[in-house]
Order: sequence, then C-alpha cells, then structure tokens
Amino acid sequence: MKTADRTRTFEILLVEDNPGDVRLTEETLKESALSHRLSTARDGVEAISFLRQQGAHCDAPRPDLILLDLNLPRKDGREVLAEIKSDRRLKLIPVVVLTTSDAEQDVLRSYDLHANCYITKPVDLDEFIDVVKAVETFWLGMVRLPRSGSGAS
Amino acid sequence: MITRKTTRPFEILLVEDNQGDVRLVQESFHETGLLHNLNVAINGVQAMSFLRREGRKYAQAPRPDLILMDLNMRDKDGRQTLSEIKADRHLRSIPVVILTGSPHERDIFNAYDSQANSYIVKPIDVEEYMDAIKAIEAYWFYTVKNFLR
Repeated sequence: MKTADRTRTFEILLVEDNPGDVRLTEETLKESALSHRLSTARDGVEAISFLRQQGAHCDAPRPDLILLDLNLPRKDGREVLAEIKSDRRLKLIPVVVLTTSDAEQDVLRSYDLHANCYITKPVDLDEFIDVVKAVETFWLGMVRLPRSGSGAS
Repeated sequence: MITRKTTRPFEILLVEDNQGDVRLVQESFHETGLLHNLNVAINGVQAMSFLRREGRKYAQAPRPDLILMDLNMRDKDGRQTLSEIKADRHLRSIPVVILTGSPHERDIFNAYDSQANSYIVKPIDVEEYMDAIKAIEAYWFYTVKNFLR
C-alpha cells in the first residue's frame, strides 16, 4: 500500500497517567517497523507545558501525533483537548483520544472539541495491543500528517 | 451504553464526483462484508443538503457515522464543505476523512486547520486504492468509537 513517509522519525506524545498503559504502549510501538520516538506526559499540565515547550520541556519536539487519555490528574484530558484545538499552531496536530471511558457524552464531547478520533481502551491486554497497532498503522502508515511547523510560516 | 452489537448499518457519506472512484469504494466495502450503507453525494452542495436533510429527496437521510470527502469538486469543493460541516454545531462531531488525489502540503495543512479528522492521499493504483478503502473502513469501524452505535 502507498504509505506516508517512511524515512522520517515520527514524534508521538502519549498523555497517560497509568504506568501500566504507558509501558504497554511503549512495548507495542517498539515492535513497529516505522521509526518513531515516544514521549510521555503523566498529566494534563505536563502535556501542555510539553506542547508549549515551557520550563523543563524547552527542547521538546513538536509531536506528529498525540495519544490522549481523558481522566488525568491536575488537568483533565478534556481541558487539554480543548486547549490544543483552540490554539492556532497546536490544533493541526492529530489527537487520538484513548480512554477507558465508554460514556456517550465523552465520545460526543470529544468529537465536538475536534478530537481526530475517539477510541475506547479495551480492558483485555491483547485487544489493547491490537488497538495501539491499529492506531500506529493508520496514523503513521496511511494518513498524511501536516508537516511539522508548516503552520509557522 | 454504546455497543457494537446492534445491527444498524454503518452509515457512510461519500462525497466524490468521479464515478470510477465511487464504484471502487462501493466494491471495496462490498468485499469486506461489513453491514453498511454507502450514501453518495457528487459535490458539496449535495452533501450539505444530505446532511441538513433538505427537500423531499433528503428528508429521510441518515446521519452519517463517517464522511469520506474528496477535495476537488465542482459546485462547492471539499475545502468549503469541510469548513461548513466543522462550523455547524450539529454536524461538526461527524468524523470527516479527506480522501483526495492532492498530495500538496498546502491542502494537507488547510484540511487539518479546518478540523478534518484525517487526510489520506488516494493511491493511483486500483488495488492499492481498494486496500486503502478497506483499511479506512477497518480503522473507523472496528477501532474507533463512533457514537450512537
């Protein structure tokens, strides 16, 4: 299949407070044929400071893709999503909401806030791994992402 | 509670003016055996009438679970249509996947800027094109959670 650029390193930001989910996502992506670098933010405040390159994150790369949990400490994922999608420069970055929430209002609210897609985390381990692989295949292998910084000019 | 066990078909709105491409999408969906309903609009004007259920023709139009949209069409192109959908309080939560021949950075940038949910360049090869359609379907139907399912 004709795919997106395979020669570059994709920057992924995972916003997730559950260490088990972080570990599992890391391990699943490690098996990927596509070159990538996974950064992690453990709460919403850290995610925003990473994206805005503030403080300890002054050298943070601009992510090509954000995987965002909804229920996070300090600043909740819904707030983080709203901030990203109302920022002229950050709103171009695709945000995949990846959460345990199955609540219809969370699904609807996320799309309403311009989440690029909403995925409910499967409880089953193998299914979770499949979901991470499907996200990777679709967003890094198939979709054309905006070139980093193309909005800055 | 949302569940995938209901038997309601997966409603897709394809906005595409090229009859050959429409045919390929139909065949791809048919091959996967997914219970679906493929609605076609040949330009942005038709697409908006469908989405807003205008006139007798569209009074019963279903709300799509997913919109696949070309960019270059006569009578309201995909760029304008995307902006209208994403500016509409009732429509903006429907995922819009841009499916176009254009690989131009400007188009990619503008599509994400207008809140397209994703952007895919149509492969020129027919087999690759059909594989892409199947992959889009698999991702949006099986992995992603749409509401009202």
